[in-house]
Amino acid sequence: MRTAPILALAVALSAASPARAFCGFFVGKADGKLFNKSSQVAIVRDGDRTVITMGNDFQGEMTEFALVVPVPTVLSREQIHVGERKLLERLDAYSAPRLVEYHDGDPCAVYPYAAMKMGVMRSMPVAASPPKEMAKALGVTVEAEYTVGEYDIVLLSANQSDGLEAWLRESGYKIPAHASKALAPYIRQQMKFFVAKVNIKEQRKSGYQALRPIQIAFESPRFMLPIRLGMANADGPQDMIVYAITRNGRVESSNYQTVKMPSDVELPEFVQHQFGNFYKSAFAKAWNDHGRHAILTEYVWNMGFCDPCAAPPLEQEELKQLGVFWLEGSYHGGGMPLTLTRLHVRYDAEHFPEDLAFQETGDQGTFQGRYILRHPFRGEMTCAAAGNYRQELDRRRREEAKTLASLTGWDMARIHAGMGRDAPVDQPDPWWKKLWQ
Amino acid sequence: MRLPKDARWLQIAFLASFLTLGLTARDFPLWHAPLIFAACLGTQLACEKLLKLKPAGLLSPLITSFGLTLLLRAGVWWVPVVAGVLAIGSKFVLRIRGRHFFNPANFGLCCVMLLTPRAWCSPTQWGEGAILLLWILALGCAVAHRAFRSDVSLAFLGSWILLRAARVLYLGQRAPVLIHQLAQGSLLLFTFFMISDPKTTPRDRASRIGFAAIVACVAFELQLRFVQNPIVWALFICAPLTPLFDLLTEEKAPCALPQSLLSPSP
Repeated sequence: MRTAPILALAVALSAASPARAFCGFFVGKADGKLFNKSSQVAIVRDGDRTVITMGNDFQGEMTEFALVVPVPTVLSREQIHVGERKLLERLDAYSAPRLVEYHDGDPCAVYPYAAMKMGVMRSMPVAASPPKEMAKALGVTVEAEYTVGEYDIVLLSANQSDGLEAWLRESGYKIPAHASKALAPYIRQQMKFFVAKVNIKEQRKSGYQALRPIQIAFESPRFMLPIRLGMANADGPQDMIVYAITRNGRVESSNYQTVKMPSDVELPEFVQHQFGNFYKSAFAKAWNDHGRHAILTEYVWNMGFCDPCAAPPLEQEELKQLGVFWLEGSYHGGGMPLTLTRLHVRYDAEHFPEDLAFQETGDQGTFQGRYILRHPFRGEMTCAAAGNYRQELDRRRREEAKTLASLTGWDMARIHAGMGRDAPVDQPDPWWKKLWQ
Repeated sequence: MRLPKDARWLQIAFLASFLTLGLTARDFPLWHAPLIFAACLGTQLACEKLLKLKPAGLLSPLITSFGLTLLLRAGVWWVPVVAGVLAIGSKFVLRIRGRHFFNPANFGLCCVMLLTPRAWCSPTQWGEGAILLLWILALGCAVAHRAFRSDVSLAFLGSWILLRAARVLYLGQRAPVLIHQLAQGSLLLFTFFMISDPKTTPRDRASRIGFAAIVACVAFELQLRFVQNPIVWALFICAPLTPLFDLLTEEKAPCALPQSLLSPSP
């Protein structure tokens, strides 16, 4: 059987997976349930130097947006930046789980040599603070206030969580119940609070329809993301995509099991039209199979190259904007000292009692969430080999259906219905049928 | 059921089941295992031959090999080899008053992590559900069999849980945080197969308990400083305390000293 890969189709998936809140909690100034629909965060880290880019797809009224993130130190104005949305979109497109397709060759044709060329790749992008006296009375210190881009930013330190909660309430932020319990551990660790809301005037002036990601740069021995705050207003598991960008190797969690998504498997053709649904189910099953405690790795690659590329790797200028500070000179035709790890975290209060801690490993291997479609040859076949090919095809489809069922938990009837006429016949020929033919 | 005479067989059986469990979890590599076992066993045999020592059997380097296989992760092939050679080599080279004081697997692991960023330790690779089961099994063994009933293990575990619990209380966190912190495979391995090593802990019982408490305190301090794998590093840092404790308590227990002078194996 000869298979010639002709076209590989990559579909990015963030639109397919429901995602809500980033590590801080989003709170409203008016009633009404608010969720940030998807959250993506890039962490660039080398040594203690860290740059975090926090993206969100906030859908509500701009006036109701607020973000609270614990940070290790009071940040100066220069440590805060508002980046471009396309940076995270580019990371997403480059690293998203992908569906690749191959077309079987004519089993009756004779090929002069086995050509394994990678075909064309195409990617489908997925998808007024209260007075200081009041703060003092509540044990809250306003350490700094800035307007950066379309955001008004306040850096707070607090003596007690009740005071901080009261300050946030007094300031008009709609704080979820139990917020002070979630805030307390950070106060005890002498962490500061980075609180951002939208400055409507600046936002209108900027001309951007959607909010841009906030970036912060700091030095800290902690390699972590504070997710516990985000659970305060959550009514179920939340999804977050973490793009970890490091110098030496893959990033994994040091306090939660980190496993790779099942990958490199052949699936029935109809998955092409339901790839989003397929991946949602496959992710949910993998997450459930690991007791809902694990973090799933979706991509690990040196940013210098990719194979196949769902989207071109990020340019050095884009990496610099994300905070990569160690690249010098240019890198052509090979690796660069930069590994991108894409981690998909689905977390809830019950299974993720602690914030996420990470470590950079020495693993420089590559990994991608890659799902394969093999289109059969549908032309006319008149040679003797055609019989064998059909039989092989039936066996293959049977396997593909089984794989799909084991990856997603879908029942066979659903899969066979999806496969339509391609569904494998119920009973394969008994083994002896061709014995004396 | 009759249990084997040499308690180390039971330990090996436990470690082998730990490894099997790891293999059923996703992403648990095994390519480095043959390299570690070959390096450890080869170094043991080579050192015995070179130093013209009476063969001490291969159970001890087997336990070291299992420990390293379970804890060490490597990005290049030579890391497991170097770790194995250093682990076993340390028993024969780094000796004070006729006794080695670094736990071999701990020494090998820490040395390669210091040598290269391509060596690391993944404390959470087994997943939490499986580890909770293993804790129950290990504690059950501790009740049932002396191979697991080490005063130093229990003293360390007690101190560590106490310190972690105090921290969780101080931070105003909930009990599941503590349980989550204890559900780490590396903690279990460390408690029952590393710090429990009778050859690298003080001879005197009170000193052993003090030693375990010090290791727990150092590990706690390292964790507060966000050092990864703090318990592994704490034992490495505290290892030289063992000969010091022995020296201080020597007069109390003079008879215990000559026992292992001629025996370089753990």
